[in-house]
Amino acid sequence: MSVPASFYLTLSAVLFTIGAIGLLVRRNVLVMFMCVELMLNAANLAFVTFARELNDVAGQAAVFFVLVVAAAEVVVGLGIIVAIFRRRVGATADDIHVLKG
Amino acid sequence: MHGALAGGLLATATVPDALTFAVAAIISVVGALGVVLSRNPVHSALMLIMTLFGVAVLFVEEDAQFLAAVQVIVYAGAIVVLFLFVIMLLGVDRNESIAAEPMPAQRWLAVALGVLGLAEVILLARGKWPTGAHTVAGPLHGTGQANVAVLGRSVFTSYLLPFEITSALLVIAVIGAVVLARRPRGSGEDVDPSIGPRVDSGEIVAGGGGSAGRGGAGAGAGSAGAGSAGAVSPEQSIQAERAAGELVTAGEPFGAVLKEAEGVSIVQRRES
Amino acid sequence: MIASLLGALVGSVASSGAFSIPHIDYTAILPELILIGGALLMLAAGALSVRHLPTFAYTVLSAAAGVAALVSGIVLWEKIHGKGRPFTAIAHALSIDGFSTAFVILSACVIIVSSFIADGYLRREGIAGPEYHALALLGASGAMFMAAANDFIVIFLGLEIMSIPLYVLAAMDQRRAESGEAGMKYFVLGAFSSAIFVYGIALTYGATGSTNLAQIAGYLANNVSTNDGLLLAGMGLVLVGFLFKIAAVPFHMWTPDVYQGAPTPATGYMAAIAKVGGFAALLRVFFSTFHSLTATWQPVLWVVAVLTLVLGAVLGLVQRNVKRMLAYSSINHAGFILLGLQAASASGISASLYYVFVYAFLVLGSFAIITVIGRRGDRDHAIESYRGLARSHPMLALAFAVLLLAQAGAPFTTGFLGKLYVVEAAVQSHSYALAVIAMLTGAVAAGFYLRVVFVMYGQGSGAGARADDGAGVGAGVGSAAVPGEALAGHPELAMASAPGGALEVAPGGAGGAVASGATATAGTLVAAPTEPDAGETAPAGAGGAPSPARALPFDLAPTTAVGIAVTVLFTVVLGIWPGPLFAFVHAASLLF
Repeated sequence: MSVPASFYLTLSAVLFTIGAIGLLVRRNVLVMFMCVELMLNAANLAFVTFARELNDVAGQAAVFFVLVVAAAEVVVGLGIIVAIFRRRVGATADDIHVLKG
Repeated sequence: MHGALAGGLLATATVPDALTFAVAAIISVVGALGVVLSRNPVHSALMLIMTLFGVAVLFVEEDAQFLAAVQVIVYAGAIVVLFLFVIMLLGVDRNESIAAEPMPAQRWLAVALGVLGLAEVILLARGKWPTGAHTVAGPLHGTGQANVAVLGRSVFTSYLLPFEITSALLVIAVIGAVVLARRPRGSGEDVDPSIGPRVDSGEIVAGGGGSAGRGGAGAGAGSAGAGSAGAVSPEQSIQAERAAGELVTAGEPFGAVLKEAEGVSIVQRRES
Repeated sequence: MIASLLGALVGSVASSGAFSIPHIDYTAILPELILIGGALLMLAAGALSVRHLPTFAYTVLSAAAGVAALVSGIVLWEKIHGKGRPFTAIAHALSIDGFSTAFVILSACVIIVSSFIADGYLRREGIAGPEYHALALLGASGAMFMAAANDFIVIFLGLEIMSIPLYVLAAMDQRRAESGEAGMKYFVLGAFSSAIFVYGIALTYGATGSTNLAQIAGYLANNVSTNDGLLLAGMGLVLVGFLFKIAAVPFHMWTPDVYQGAPTPATGYMAAIAKVGGFAALLRVFFSTFHSLTATWQPVLWVVAVLTLVLGAVLGLVQRNVKRMLAYSSINHAGFILLGLQAASASGISASLYYVFVYAFLVLGSFAIITVIGRRGDRDHAIESYRGLARSHPMLALAFAVLLLAQAGAPFTTGFLGKLYVVEAAVQSHSYALAVIAMLTGAVAAGFYLRVVFVMYGQGSGAGARADDGAGVGAGVGSAAVPGEALAGHPELAMASAPGGALEVAPGGAGGAVASGATATAGTLVAAPTEPDAGETAPAGAGGAPSPARALPFDLAPTTAVGIAVTVLFTVVLGIWPGPLFAFVHAASLLF
C-alpha cells in the first residue's frame, strides 16, 4: 500500500507556501524567481498526486505543459534580468527605485 | 506530533513506501527552506536542485516515471543551470541580508499569506481528497502500457492542441531572449539620465562621477559616444559599459565639469 | 533531448497500435494560425532579407495578418450563425461559440490598430526589426486561445502565450531604466500569479476530476459535494490568477509602474490585449464552468469590484503622470467590467463584453496620443506636457479630449453606453449598492480625465480650440461638434470648452456632422506638423522638465494618425449609432 494522498497534498501545500512567502520576503530577483519555480513544483506534485488517485492521465499531461511553460518563463525572465543588470551593478530587486511603489 | 505522523504513515503504507516518502519529503522541504533562507543566490540555486530532486523521487513513487526523468533533465539539468549561469555571468553572487527589510507592507503580506498557506495545509491534510470523478481523460494504471506510452498517447490525442501551441510559447521565448539580449542599436551604454549618463548624438550628459578621480569613467563613456556615432569596437564598448556601471554606482552629484575625450565633449552637470 | 524522448514515445505508441489523432478543424483555429504564421513570416523576412526591411514593411505585414485574422474570425462567426449552435474543436480543447469568436474578432482589431500605432513610435525611436510586431502578433494569438479555450490547460498556455510577449515588450526599451524595471516587475508578479493560477487548476482538477471546462461544469451540475473545500480553494486561486492579469484590486500593484515604465505603444497594447484575454477567460470560467457555484463567488466579486472601482478612481486623482493616471483609470474600468460578471446574468455578460470592446479601442487611442506627446525618447508624460495642446495641435487635443471624455462616460460616446449597460445589468440583478458605487466612482474618475482636458484647453479661452491656428473649416466643425456633443450632459464642462451653439445640434444630424468632423480629424492629423525632431530639440533632462506653452515638436506619423482616427471614429460613431455593436455583442452572449 502506498502513502495516502493527503500526505503528498500537505507536502505540496507546504512547498507552495514556502515559495510564496519566499517570493515576498526576498529581494533578490533571481531568488524570487526560484521561489516561483518552487510554487510551480508544488502544483506539479499536486497534479501528479491527483492523477494517481483519480487514475486519470490528465494530471500527468498537465505537468508536462507546466514544465514547458516554466522553461519558457525562465528564458524570458533571465533575459530581462540580464538586460537590466548589464546596465546596473547590484542584484537585489529593491534597487528598483526609479518607479515608486 | 511527529510520532503520530510517522504512525499514520506506517499505518497506511508499507515501510519502504513510507520511508521513501519521508526521506524525499524532508529533502524537498529542507531544499525549499534553503532556497528562501540562503543568503547567497548560488546556494539558493543548489538548494532548488535538492527540492527538485526530492520531488522527482516522489514522482517515481507516484508512478510518474517519465515526468520524474523530465524533472531531473529539464529542471535540474537545464533550468537551474541557466540560473547558475546567469548568477555567474552577472557576478551577483553576493550575500544579502535577509533580516534587514525596509518593506514592512510586504512583510505583513507574507505573514497573511503564511496564514492562508497554513489553512491550506490543514485543509489538505485533514480531508479525504481528491473528490473528483475518476478516469475522465483516460486511465493511468492498468492499461498494460508503460507510463511513457500512456502519457504520450494522451498528449497526442486529448491534449493535441495544447501540445501544438507550446511551440508558439517556445518561439516567443526565443524571440524574447534575442530581443532582450541584443544591445540597443549604437547605444548599449546609453543609461537613463536619472541614474547615469545619457548618450545623445555625441554629447554626453553624465549624471554621476563629478570628481576628477572618475575622469576615466567619463572618458570611457566618451568612447561610447564616439561609438554611437561611428563603429564600436568591442574593447570600447566593454570599457564604456564598465564606465557606465561605475558612474551608476558612484551616483553622486555633480558640478559642471567639461572634459575633452576622443574629440567628444562631455558635459557633466546636475540632473534634477 | 526532449526530441529524442518524444521520438521514443511516439515509437512505443505506434508499436502498441490503435492510435487515432483527433480531427483537426483548421477553420476553428485559423485566426490564431494566421497570427502565428504572420509572426513567423515576419521573422523569416527579417532574417533572410539582404538589406534591412523598413519598419513600415513589418507594420504592413502585421496589419495584414490582423486583417486576415479578422476576416477568418468573421467567417467563423458566420459559420456558427449558419450552424446555429456552438461546437468544440480538436478533442474538445476549444469551444467555438459566439462568445469566443467575438473575442477573437476583438483581438484581431486590437492587433490591427496597435500595429499602426506602434509604427510611428518604432520609426521615431529608430527601433528596427520585426521583433516588436512579431511579439505583438503572438501575444494576440494567446489572447485568442484564452478566449476559445475549453480546457484549463489551454487557458493556462494561452495566458502564458499572451503574457510572456507582454513582459518582453514592457522591458524592450533598453534606453530607459524604467522600461527594464517595468518588465521585471511585470514578469515577477506575472510569474507569481501564473504559479497561483496553476495551483488553482491543480486543486480544481483534484476536486472535479478533469481540466476540461465542460466536464467540470457537468460534474459540478450533477454532483452536490458535501466536502468542497478543495474545490473552493481551487476556484479562489484561479480567481486570484485572473484578477492579477486584469489588474483588479488587491492584485493591481504592478499596474501603475508597469504602465508607466513600458514603452507607451506597448502599454496601450498591453492594456487592451491583457484585458481582452483575461476577461474572455474569466467570464467563461466563472459564468459557465463555475455556474453552479455562483452564490459562492458572487459576494467575493462584489467586494473585489467595489475595491477596484474605488481605488482606481481615488488614486487616479492624485497622479501627475498621465500614464500612471491611465493605469489607475484602467483599474477603474476593470471594476466596471467586473460589474457585468458580478451580475451573473446573460445581460451582465453581454454588458461586460460590450465594455471590453469599447475599452480596448479607448485605451489604444489614448496611449497612441500619449506616445505622440511623449516625444522622442518617450519621456514627456507629465500632465504639464499637455498644457496648451489645444492651441498648438487642435486636432490631437480634440481626439484626446474625445477619448478621455468617452472614458469618463460622456454621453454620445461608446464609453457612456458601456457604463450604462453594466450598471443596468447590476441593477437588474438587484446589486443596487454596487450600481450606485460604480456610478459614484465613475463621477470621481471623470475628475482626472477632465483635468487633462482642462489642461489641454486651459487658460480660460474656451473657443480657442476652434478658432485659432487656422485649422480649417473641417477642424472647426469637428472641434465644435464633438466636444459639444460629448459635453451635452456635463454643463459644468460646457463653459470650459464648447461654444453654446454646438449644444443645439440635433442627434440625427450630428452623426453626419461628427463623422465629417472626425474625418477631418484624420485629415488634419496627417497634415499636422511633422517636422523631424532632431535630437537636441528634446530637452536633455526630459525626465522631469516639462516644457509648456511652446509649440511642441511632435513626430506624428501618418500611420499613428490613422490608428488614432480609427479609435476616435469607433468611439464617436458607435456612441451615436450603437445598434450594430450592441446587436453583435448580444448575439455573441446568446450563442455562448
